[in-house]
Amino acid sequence: MAHDHDHSHDHHHHDHEHSELSETQLRVRALETVLTEKGYVDPAALDAIVEAYETKIGPRNGARVVAKAWTDPAFKQALLDDASKAIGTLGHVARVGDHLIAVENTPQRHNMVVCTLCSCYPWEMLGLPPVWYKASPYRSRAVKDPRGVLADFGVTLPKDTEIRVWDSTAETRFLVLPMRPAGTEGWSEERLADIVTRDSMIGTGLPKAAP
Amino acid sequence: MNGVHDMGGMDGFGKVEPEPNEPMFHAPWEGRVMAMVRAMGAQGAFNIDASRFARESLPPEVYLSSSYYKKWFLALERHLDALGMAGRDEVDAAHALHAGAPLKRGKFTVKDVERIMVRGSFGRDAKAPAIFKIGDKVRAKNINPLTHTRLPRYVRGHSGIVERINGCHVFPDTAAHDKGENPQWLYTVVFDARDLWGDDADPTLKVSIDAFEPYLERA
Repeated sequence: MAHDHDHSHDHHHHDHEHSELSETQLRVRALETVLTEKGYVDPAALDAIVEAYETKIGPRNGARVVAKAWTDPAFKQALLDDASKAIGTLGHVARVGDHLIAVENTPQRHNMVVCTLCSCYPWEMLGLPPVWYKASPYRSRAVKDPRGVLADFGVTLPKDTEIRVWDSTAETRFLVLPMRPAGTEGWSEERLADIVTRDSMIGTGLPKAAP
Repeated sequence: MNGVHDMGGMDGFGKVEPEPNEPMFHAPWEGRVMAMVRAMGAQGAFNIDASRFARESLPPEVYLSSSYYKKWFLALERHLDALGMAGRDEVDAAHALHAGAPLKRGKFTVKDVERIMVRGSFGRDAKAPAIFKIGDKVRAKNINPLTHTRLPRYVRGHSGIVERINGCHVFPDTAAHDKGENPQWLYTVVFDARDLWGDDADPTLKVSIDAFEPYLERA
């Protein structure tokens, strides 16, 4: 544990952490047993939560919303006016809670979302956040050096593009609406959704380029 | 509280390291921890603000050196112990040893799962009109409570512009401490990076927070 940042994803250290992980694993199991024996939780319900996040809720939800906005100007306007309400009208996308705000990237302005205080993230649209989003380097630097952060992702923006960082400090949630790449004219929503990456909806990436 | 969780603008944590094809959970126990926190919260053991405060209250060296779900677990353990729901001795023994405090909404079962797949709503009716309007210049107050707050340190004392009014919401500063929802107007306030970080800051950068009315004063 000598490193100065969250490195649970760093495979080189797994052996080193083995005993600690086992201890955590045992205590987690013990706590679940206690909660079950006391009648607080049904373990099958916990299984169902885990399964939902592993199989149903992920960035595909957000990608479909973005693709729809790219092809339907009236939906795009409704999304920017009130994202929770607009997404509620789409039967085929996961339900979404209140206070979702969609922010649009333009040639003049690039948006990026962070939660400096914890890990607030639009779960329903993007699934559970990746480790880097919740870890100290991103949370500390995004509000001060977003271009440096973008460089870590291999993204360079024009020098005069305004960068707007949204720190999710309350129960509002933010979804970035990336710019539609050139060369995708006439594409179906389904095909467009395939190029909308998770990171492009956080603002740390761009959609995949058209082939 | 001025804890290490309040990281905006700190230096020295190194590069952001994206992990290609990252799994949803890096070990099965991570998913169990996430599910237990969601389930116990949904049934009323604690609200979201109290669970955040529990994590912020971990010792700073533990907070900084633990993985994300390890933090969640350590905070959950402490929290449930403090609430009289699951004692440390019981986790040590891996069995229930004494009666636990009642859970407000009863046992979390499979039929409750769908309900928690949509975020709860934190909007509430306003008891008074909003003090600020879009375009107003406001200053983030210099407050340093020992209790939970969602006003990050890096904006305190700095002025910005009200850009959006997001309605009236549950106030985390009281809700985290069992002092009621105490709904407050919530504003998106945007700051110029040079006001936050000085003349060397990126001149193209603007940063916004969502600030509750009690965090703000007219500038």
